[in-house]
Amino acid sequence: MTTTSRLTHLQRLEAESIHIMREAVAESERPVMLYSVGKDSGVMLHLARKAFFPSKPPFPLLHVDTTWKFKAMYEFRDRMAAEAGMDLLVYQNPECVRLGINPFDHGSQVHTDMWKTEGLKQALDFYGFDAAFGGARRDEEKSRAKERIFSVRSPQHRWDPKQQRPELWRVYNVRRNKGETLRVFPLSNWTELDVWQYIHHEQIPIVPLYLAAPRPVVERDGTLIMVDDDRMPLAPGEEPQLRSVRFRTLGCYPLTGAIESTAATLTDVIREMLLTTTSERQGRVIDHDASASMEKKKQEGYF
Amino acid sequence: MSVTTNELLATDVVAYLEAHERKSLLRFITCGSVDDGKSTLIGRLLYESKLVFEDHLAALEADSKKVGTQGGDLDFALLVDGLAAEREQGITIDVAYRFFATERRKFIVADTPGHEQYTRNMVTGASTAQLAVVIVDARKGVLTQTRRHSYLVSLLGIRHVVLAVNKLDLVDYSRDVFDQIEAAYRAFAAEIAIDDVVVIPISALRGDNVVEPSARTPWYTGPTFMEHLETVEIDDEVAEQPFRMPVQWVNRPDLDFRGFSGQIVGGVVRAGDRIRVVPGGHESTVARIVTFDGDLAEAVAGQSVTITLADEIDVSRGDVLVAATDPAAVADQFEAHVIWMSEEEMLPGRRCLVKLGTTVVGGTIDHPKYQINVNTFERIAAKTLALNEIGVCNVYLDRPVPFDPYRVNRDMGGFIVIDRLTNATVGAGLLHFALRRAGNVHWQAIEVDRSAHAGLKGQRPAVVWFTGISGAGKSTVANIVERKLHAAGRHTYLIDGDNLRHGLNRDLGFTTADRVENVRRTAEVAALMVDAGLIVLVSLISPYRAERQLARERIGDDDFIEVFVDTPLEVAEARDRKGLYAKARRGELPNFTGIDSPYEPPEAPDVHIRTDEVDPEHAADLVVEQLMSDRQR
Repeated sequence: MTTTSRLTHLQRLEAESIHIMREAVAESERPVMLYSVGKDSGVMLHLARKAFFPSKPPFPLLHVDTTWKFKAMYEFRDRMAAEAGMDLLVYQNPECVRLGINPFDHGSQVHTDMWKTEGLKQALDFYGFDAAFGGARRDEEKSRAKERIFSVRSPQHRWDPKQQRPELWRVYNVRRNKGETLRVFPLSNWTELDVWQYIHHEQIPIVPLYLAAPRPVVERDGTLIMVDDDRMPLAPGEEPQLRSVRFRTLGCYPLTGAIESTAATLTDVIREMLLTTTSERQGRVIDHDASASMEKKKQEGYF
Repeated sequence: MSVTTNELLATDVVAYLEAHERKSLLRFITCGSVDDGKSTLIGRLLYESKLVFEDHLAALEADSKKVGTQGGDLDFALLVDGLAAEREQGITIDVAYRFFATERRKFIVADTPGHEQYTRNMVTGASTAQLAVVIVDARKGVLTQTRRHSYLVSLLGIRHVVLAVNKLDLVDYSRDVFDQIEAAYRAFAAEIAIDDVVVIPISALRGDNVVEPSARTPWYTGPTFMEHLETVEIDDEVAEQPFRMPVQWVNRPDLDFRGFSGQIVGGVVRAGDRIRVVPGGHESTVARIVTFDGDLAEAVAGQSVTITLADEIDVSRGDVLVAATDPAAVADQFEAHVIWMSEEEMLPGRRCLVKLGTTVVGGTIDHPKYQINVNTFERIAAKTLALNEIGVCNVYLDRPVPFDPYRVNRDMGGFIVIDRLTNATVGAGLLHFALRRAGNVHWQAIEVDRSAHAGLKGQRPAVVWFTGISGAGKSTVANIVERKLHAAGRHTYLIDGDNLRHGLNRDLGFTTADRVENVRRTAEVAALMVDAGLIVLVSLISPYRAERQLARERIGDDDFIEVFVDTPLEVAEARDRKGLYAKARRGELPNFTGIDSPYEPPEAPDVHIRTDEVDPEHAADLVVEQLMSDRQR
């Protein structure tokens, strides 16, 4: 056995992600890490701490907030940023704040477009970031399978799938024209299983919502929605029920479906995930809109 | 996922996880055309490894009925199709990466299209692959495209090939057919130096020998497709290579710590090892190998680490830490395979950027010595390379860089070519060896140098570069400028583009490539004259920004004055002193600037002359003023 076959797939993925982050940082003026509080963000943050150790990661964390995340996510976010000793920037689209954009009155599409897509673009422009790390993985969705690790966005933040740079070996073209920015995806080659295995192996903290617990939920269009606060309008006669649920992905609570589960520990969750038969993004209400919806969102500037 | 997995999962998930954390990683590329059933094979691998979830499966069933090509059956190919436009066209137009895992391995599959626009995508996909799966249709056997794919696989340094003889169901699982294809392919593979070939009879559609051995091929006793992928020994040759680590980032959290971060691309490093920093050449000893998880005693190729050295020596991004006992070579001129990836054809001699490892350096790529026909492997004479063409070229860099030949170490010999204006990746290259030429032709130290020449003439030399379309008035203004300078006692020389084309440049035409070369030679001549102490006036259309920039860099920013002689096309065409526009309009002068060949105006010229607003005498005064005023000439 040669020496390198001692490296496991997780070690190789880790080393690759670290290499990607260092390339982006070495050739950018103002990098930033998009931190969405989810498990992929958690893995990405952990990798960033490894990549630059003993230095702190030389960039801030940016949370593009919608004010509609789960309460537990906000608490967790602040704790993780403090632990990493990194600056946390929270950006809320002021227009959304003014208009009170929410998924109930304005629908999931307007809500997501304005808070997240527009909010992200505004935040990048506001702070003048020229490179942003995102935790997207190629296995999540078919259009992502073809996006580059270093993805150039026009000054209007648009993605052009026809104008992608070929990526060979580990030689990344990090150059930008004036006004262009980069989205960098260090987790491109990770799968959901890799992420969970890595969380287990490295004991990376995750938001407790990923673990099953009794939570108040209502069932709407076959999706279990947790009633996280009293902003959620209930239909006449609709009564939140306490059910043992957990979440496979995290986002805005009114748009994130829970699954019924009793997996209350990390290993239980992994077991359930391995035996499961539905894909991860299915819990995200936003993906159901149209078959090629993610590709369209990305072209408009969504991560 | 097999029964054992589920049992283990049910009983002991921790044991399961520990087993799975020890998995290795195999990256492979699949080559074949749409018709060979490549997408079907990948789709089946995903399906069989139970990575297709119910909701995807439901979508697949719906899609199979709507756009599928398999009647009512599941069309696995639809699982791997990506972007919306491609789904409609029914072809993949790019590299897509797929993931699946078994008990033993995690796999990353680079899926590239098999149609004509293949080279760029296939080269990209192959660059990170350790193994290639070449798919042939059993009814068709080894085709031109099979040879082409295999050649590219071999060129990119992949040593392990699986030949999947697919659609065996359509030839009645015939052993004769299979044996013939195997023999033909093995003979061919030997020619192109692929030594590890495994040939497997399959039907991706029916599932024969994909995961489970097929009862319909009792004559085949080798491994199934999946079994082979799971067990093939990928001897990681880079680990046996001497130590190499390109420095990505200098890690300085405080004044007490100075580490060099990078990913090891060759060999092993241990604390206490003697290393050299190239291209500089300083040596030191590895003090620590630092990671977040604690210091390591040794690290191997593939790992990302931070290394500290015992001595305070200058190391920065782009340097490579190498084994002192077996250092990398350093050179600035190479012979390389160049694969062109841009819609715009290569312009030999145009300035570009080359990124090799973590080094970005300016340079130029020369005319191809020959182009390679990827179907016949013949060497063809070529003046340039178009999209998807491969040639062998000399590459000249502005400064020496460390490298190993590509076949020895991909990461030390593979580079990308970046366009300086658009920043697009326009090509890729594989370094083979350093050219001895430059090494042996040393610069002669000349005692009477530029400043001595200039001193005797009592002037500071310079190049005044007049650019503009034909008939703009460049030569008129340049002539007056020279007359005025001459009258003021300056030593001058006027280089006229038209005149050069009668002598030095008479072998050049007006294609883009020739224009690039025309400007390059003119800039070199001007540079010699500046060395001789002269004030040089160059009157040349020089339509492209990149070449004018090259001239500026060749001369030096301080001594280069760009004069934009700006005339609206209508005005120049109305003047048409040489009758050229009329000819061009009649189609008798192809590639005429302004008519059917572009002119890229300067963005920030040192002097901007609108000849429709200013008369030539006054324009010349502006130039002389600019030359004399701030430069004390």
